[in-house]
Amino acid sequence: LLAGDTAVTVELGDDVDEALNRRVVALDDAIAAAQWPGVVETVPTYRSIQIHYDPDVLDPATLFRRLEELFDRPLSEETPGRIWTVPVCYGGDNGIDLEAVATRVGLAAEDVIRLHSAPIYRIFAIGFAPGFAYLGGLDPRLHLPRLDSPRLKTPARTISIGGRQAAITSIEAPSGWHLLGRTPVHPFDLRRSEPFLFRAGDRVRFRRIEAADFARLSALAAEGGYMPECLDP
Amino acid sequence: VTAPSLVAVDPGPLSTLQDLGRRGYQRFGVSTAGAMVPWLMQLANRLAGNPPSMAAVELTLSGGLWRVEGGPIRLAVGGAFPLAIDGHPVASWQAHVLEPGQRIEIGSGGALYGYLAATGGFAVEPTLGSASTHVRSRLGGIDGGAIRSGQALRLRTDEHPTGPNLSLDPSRVPQPPPVFRVVLGPQDDYFTRAGLDALLDGEYTVTPDVDRMGYRLVGPPIGHSRGHNIISDGIAPGSIQVPGSGQPIVLMADRQTTGGYPKIATVISVDLGFLAQRRPGDRVRFSAVDLSQAADARGEFRRALERLDVSLAPARSIADLSSSALLGVNLIDGVVDGRHTLVE
Repeated sequence: LLAGDTAVTVELGDDVDEALNRRVVALDDAIAAAQWPGVVETVPTYRSIQIHYDPDVLDPATLFRRLEELFDRPLSEETPGRIWTVPVCYGGDNGIDLEAVATRVGLAAEDVIRLHSAPIYRIFAIGFAPGFAYLGGLDPRLHLPRLDSPRLKTPARTISIGGRQAAITSIEAPSGWHLLGRTPVHPFDLRRSEPFLFRAGDRVRFRRIEAADFARLSALAAEGGYMPECLDP
Repeated sequence: VTAPSLVAVDPGPLSTLQDLGRRGYQRFGVSTAGAMVPWLMQLANRLAGNPPSMAAVELTLSGGLWRVEGGPIRLAVGGAFPLAIDGHPVASWQAHVLEPGQRIEIGSGGALYGYLAATGGFAVEPTLGSASTHVRSRLGGIDGGAIRSGQALRLRTDEHPTGPNLSLDPSRVPQPPPVFRVVLGPQDDYFTRAGLDALLDGEYTVTPDVDRMGYRLVGPPIGHSRGHNIISDGIAPGSIQVPGSGQPIVLMADRQTTGGYPKIATVISVDLGFLAQRRPGDRVRFSAVDLSQAADARGEFRRALERLDVSLAPARSIADLSSSALLGVNLIDGVVDGRHTLVE
């Protein structure tokens, strides 16, 4: 699909689906490995990849031909993602929508926390804001439409849900999602040698922590002295 | 010896440091930011004698008042903005050397954006490979924000500017296209035939809701055929996003990296900077082109800029032809009688 004269969008499907997203990640890896001159950057999302290119270096017809050649070849399996354990302090000031979510889905707040922290989520994409992670794998019992009127400001590092998706936010931003809690983890921190913690294809599980631990870990993180547990297969 | 500084006495409505944008991090959710009118920023740099991609101050509507400290600085403004040094009008489209203590006032021209470049460039540490300011995510520029009153921009160099001031012929500066050209897609199939016709035949007015992120337009509503939600995907510069209201939003330099509204078309790269110069109340029209027409448009625009470069003749060439007196006299008098085009 054309996105002007300096970008194309390669759509592999029209669904939020793990197998589809695996193909996105694998194709994105293949494009990166091919190192075609004139490709400026690629933006993989749930089911598509946007390729930004310099049309004065890479003729679009050539780009399309190369992409077709790539499609004809079997894609290698994506590299297995890392598994992060992200601590979350649920409810209260940290998760102002927890009670409302519980009421709307007809469960106790404790059950919402249990359902939210049970799965191992897949990071489908990073987007919207620096380091913002879109997660798939939310329990269907927690699927809720977004707020009718988005909040103009939500805090950094919130754990939220919206529709079929869950998210770990990174910086203060407007949002129409339901805020369940906050994490001391900084998904985006320029002081680190790798400023962006998460990559598409990584996995995340949430671990509940209490307010005192949240305060302690947040203070550590503010000094750059805290990193969450990570299993690197 | 410390490098001279340019102090923002009054930075105008919005001044930010921008270069050609932050590339390679959209996959991590980082907006490219960068100059709203890249070629104009490059032109300011050429007038200043800089590499074209150096960071410059992007001015919005009017450029405010700036004071030079610590040593002489050569400044150039890209854009039709009236200039005055210590209250005396001087030529636009020309570089000027200011001595410590001197002030340059940059008024309001017809354009929305202009660029202030300093010979040698501003000393700004790149963030993720770029000096471009993205205020929403507090990245780039100085502490991620717009330039504030009293803030000093230090130069990279303490070398005094030497040689003549460059200038160019304003009549050769590329002019906006009568109609903004778009390539349909990536989600033109989310719209009704009537919706596509509305975009291509209708006239749209720029609303007051314009900023570095996007320009909201109002005009004939663009109808959706399959709802107005898509699974969030990447957003190219110039994407025309149509939310439920049916009124289009053209996404600009500070756009978010991904979004969930269908995008009916994308303004072609050479026309996007011109669209960025439209002000609230201006009327715009769109026409559809294919990729080969977009390539022709890029070629034509590049040639126009090259012709402009030829006319970027240093004043010295005039002096060589006649005398150094001419240099002094013409530079100043030319401003007054409009003959300040020291070209060919």
